[in-house]
Amino acid sequence: MTDAYDAIVVGAGHNGLVCATLLAKGGMSVLVLEANEQVGGAAVTREFADGYSVSACAHLLYQLQPAVQTELGFEPELACDSMATVSLAADGRHVRLTANAATGVSEDDGREYRAFRKRMNRFSDLLRTYLNKPPPRLGTKDRGDVMTLAQLGFDIRRLGKTEMREFLRLIGMNIHDELVERFESGPLKGALSLDAVLGTHLGPRSPNTIMTYLYRLAGNHGRLALPKGGMGAVSDELAHLARTAGVTIRTNAPVQRIVVRNGRVVGVETSDGERHESLTVISNADPKRTVMELLGARHVETGFARRVQHLRGSGNAAKLHLALDGLPTFEGLEKKDFAERLVIAPDEHYVERAFNPAKYGECSREPVVEMAFPSFRDPTLAPAGKHVLSAVVQYAPYGLKGGWDAAASDAFKRSVIGTIAKYAPDIEQRITASELLTPADIEGQFHIGGGHWHHAELTLDQFLFVRPLSGAAQYRMPIDGLYLCGAGTHPGGGVSGAAGRNAARSILSRRGGA
Amino acid sequence: MKTYDAIVVGAGHNGLTTAAFLARAGLDVVCVEKNDYIGGAAVSRNLYEDWIYSNCSYVCSLLRPEIYRALELHKHGLQVTPYGGSVTFMENGDYFGSYHDAEVAYREMARFSRHDADAYKSYSADTMRQCRFIREFLLSTAPDPTSFKPSDIRELVKIGRKFLEMGEDRMYETIRFWTMSVAEYLDEYYETDVIKAAFSGSGIIGTALGIHSPGTAYVLLHHYMGEVDGNVGSWGFARGGMGAVSNSIAGAFRAAGGELRTEAGVDRIVVQGGKVTGVALENGDEISAGVVVSAMDVKRTFINCMDEKDLPAAFYRRVQNFKIRGSSGKLNIALDGLPTFPALPEGSSLIHSDMHFIDSMERMERAYDDWKAGTWSQDPYVDMLIPTLNDPTMAPPGKHFMSCFVQYCPHQLEGRRWTDEERDAFGRTVIDQIANYSPDFKDLILHVEVRTPQDIEEQIGITEGNIFHGELTMDQLLFNRPVPGYAQYRAPVGGLYLCGSSTHPGGGVMAAPGANAAREILADLKRPNTVPENFGDD
Repeated sequence: MTDAYDAIVVGAGHNGLVCATLLAKGGMSVLVLEANEQVGGAAVTREFADGYSVSACAHLLYQLQPAVQTELGFEPELACDSMATVSLAADGRHVRLTANAATGVSEDDGREYRAFRKRMNRFSDLLRTYLNKPPPRLGTKDRGDVMTLAQLGFDIRRLGKTEMREFLRLIGMNIHDELVERFESGPLKGALSLDAVLGTHLGPRSPNTIMTYLYRLAGNHGRLALPKGGMGAVSDELAHLARTAGVTIRTNAPVQRIVVRNGRVVGVETSDGERHESLTVISNADPKRTVMELLGARHVETGFARRVQHLRGSGNAAKLHLALDGLPTFEGLEKKDFAERLVIAPDEHYVERAFNPAKYGECSREPVVEMAFPSFRDPTLAPAGKHVLSAVVQYAPYGLKGGWDAAASDAFKRSVIGTIAKYAPDIEQRITASELLTPADIEGQFHIGGGHWHHAELTLDQFLFVRPLSGAAQYRMPIDGLYLCGAGTHPGGGVSGAAGRNAARSILSRRGGA
Repeated sequence: MKTYDAIVVGAGHNGLTTAAFLARAGLDVVCVEKNDYIGGAAVSRNLYEDWIYSNCSYVCSLLRPEIYRALELHKHGLQVTPYGGSVTFMENGDYFGSYHDAEVAYREMARFSRHDADAYKSYSADTMRQCRFIREFLLSTAPDPTSFKPSDIRELVKIGRKFLEMGEDRMYETIRFWTMSVAEYLDEYYETDVIKAAFSGSGIIGTALGIHSPGTAYVLLHHYMGEVDGNVGSWGFARGGMGAVSNSIAGAFRAAGGELRTEAGVDRIVVQGGKVTGVALENGDEISAGVVVSAMDVKRTFINCMDEKDLPAAFYRRVQNFKIRGSSGKLNIALDGLPTFPALPEGSSLIHSDMHFIDSMERMERAYDDWKAGTWSQDPYVDMLIPTLNDPTMAPPGKHFMSCFVQYCPHQLEGRRWTDEERDAFGRTVIDQIANYSPDFKDLILHVEVRTPQDIEEQIGITEGNIFHGELTMDQLLFNRPVPGYAQYRAPVGGLYLCGSSTHPGGGVMAAPGANAAREILADLKRPNTVPENFGDD
């Protein structure tokens, strides 16, 4: 059978859902096809052990764009809002970080931290404006593009001479040098390094990690929240909003290929042979998969196909889930601290050392860990009195030498648990079940090529008007009717909805123009 | 006491260049040098019997031809003989040679991969396009994007226009090129590890970055900008060693009536009422002048030779935080004869070229990890040359001089001074690596000078002995170099200027900073400009 829609969205990740909803609100009939049984893509809640549920991939909410929330009327229910970050120190003298205060550090560090965050917030505000609109295209006479570029130049100048100079100096710089210039405290420098590199294939010494840090703050200054019911609840709510707006969502409907006729996209075909017709197909999948697998390289110029092949997007973050029969004891932590984000990044060198092996396709011997105990404030996730630990772990390179088999994955899981045990000695006795998702697993289960959070590495050469690549940075692919709306496009990954919203806006404006 | 129009501090190639252009404009100029020899890091030293060592910089290619012609350096004895190519010895006993002749280069690459051989054409075309784009701006002052001065706006517009002229695709290429790592850049063209390793070296020489660090593609370019007899990217030997470059510029300076004083180290730059009035020498003498130009690096100038209270606080902090990282060492070796390299075919021209001993990208990056850990690379990237094969004047007949540039070597070991034992151990690491590919090498060694960044700092006076007077990272290039807002050679103190490699466009024996500084100074003094404009190219 075949049916026809104004637009078909491939993949019900959060960006796909946001995009679909806005298109429907714009008066289009929209079909969303999702390969998995659940909507949400990498933003889902899964039961990984009997009675224990966890946000399977993304686990913290910190980048959701205010613009997206207002336009969708979207208010996720939070179990924990504005969580602090506790940077664990081996000696139990932990450092506590909030948006504008650092405790457990020297007076100088405290002052410097406030100044640092003030400046970074200011720069991230500037960045946010541009994350929430399609990037301008260079070298065109298009008025919109020229205006946006002019505006960008103007906004940067408006920072004032000194701040503008700082901005232009910092934007390409590595976070390591800036931290070493400002701070003494190891755990402080470690936690900030972690925020700059989480989800990327970069170490704190890699240039432009200040930019990745700013990107993280660009949501709402990096304010951390835990959604009630896990990330899946966020996706379910988005799906609900989509359906209310008239969107049709089909799960268990993996798209096999994007159908091209006479040099333009005319619809999609699912793996069970179903055809759905539409002159507008929007892919929430990563750019490489979209072009190489769904579309087929033969439909684009060889030069373009080559650039797609060269997109860098090999994930480095693994996800650890532990079912615990009770809370572990962390040296120097109180019970209430389990509501916060705990990080293992005792100093900036530790993070850089963890990165080194990843360059050679090896796992970190002493990994960097970001932990949360979602069940602490959200009892729906675990049986009474029991708890769930959800952790993002770096570095676990997608391209592991010898590949990711059960043994490799198990070995890494053990070394992560061992690392946590250095701070919570009784953790191992508490574990009743565990699950480790390597980038390979993430690729397999969530259909993200390379298992990379951002679908494509977040570096300056793949950012703004070159994201994911020139010739496709405005969500529109170089074949009629095909668009992208996923994390691989501007501005990038994280549960922000910005990419989906920008894509919808550029499609609607083009439609309005036509 | 005599008052000069200008004092130039430091007789390195940049200081001498500024001095020469100022003298040619009719200024009464004195150039003071702390050592008893001139040249700074561009010197020929006689440290062992009749051998002449280019004991710091060892090849010239970056030297701007406009300057060479304007100062008529040929008349002052500078002869640059071009050479090209390089060889990378492989652990499996094979080698990879890169040649200047396109034909030969192709055949050699095809030996490893036809794909790579075919890719070379587009690789060099693309890379040279980037070279041409930025070469235009080497001999001009970097505009300040925060300023509304017509001159700055004009320069910004000029850059903007050049950029737009490229057309959309080229623009994107350029943006990516400026921001990516040399490893990623090479991955886009090549599949063979040894070929990538051979080309990646130029992306990290003299920097505290690894081949995987974003921004290193630009550094690659910095080394490709060379121009000998108009051959883009080709390198050259200065006959008689690198000292010949400095001596010839000094010749041009003297010919224009300039005065050179050696063994005249500057103790401090004297400031009165927010203006410089001269310099006080270590021997107690004072020299007065309304203009003082420092060829020293930015840290040494403002932190060692000036009083903090004479400088704006924000500026001083930026100077303290300016990144100058010791990352390279040097071995200078006197040889009793020519070592043999069994891997090379009989009579191969490659013995005249740069020789390298690291054959994989992983080994390249691991060398950097050692540096990050605060020690020298156990398996270093060595750029080895035997200049005497091209210039016999540097050693007695039949004997040879070998120059080894070593990456990576830290300024200090885990934050403390080098001991003599450690320096020797570092030297042995390098010698052993070479000996792996040349069985008779060790027996031919007559004398070795091992120089760590610490030695280079103490002998030449460059902070941390960094050959570029500061990292070539985006936050320290163009209008950010050395300090945002002070990238136009003027210091925040009246009459004080910078002309060293800490300023735009950076290090290498290029002499562009010296020339650009002279142009700015002459403009301030309302004197006729003696500095050549860019000839542009092709």
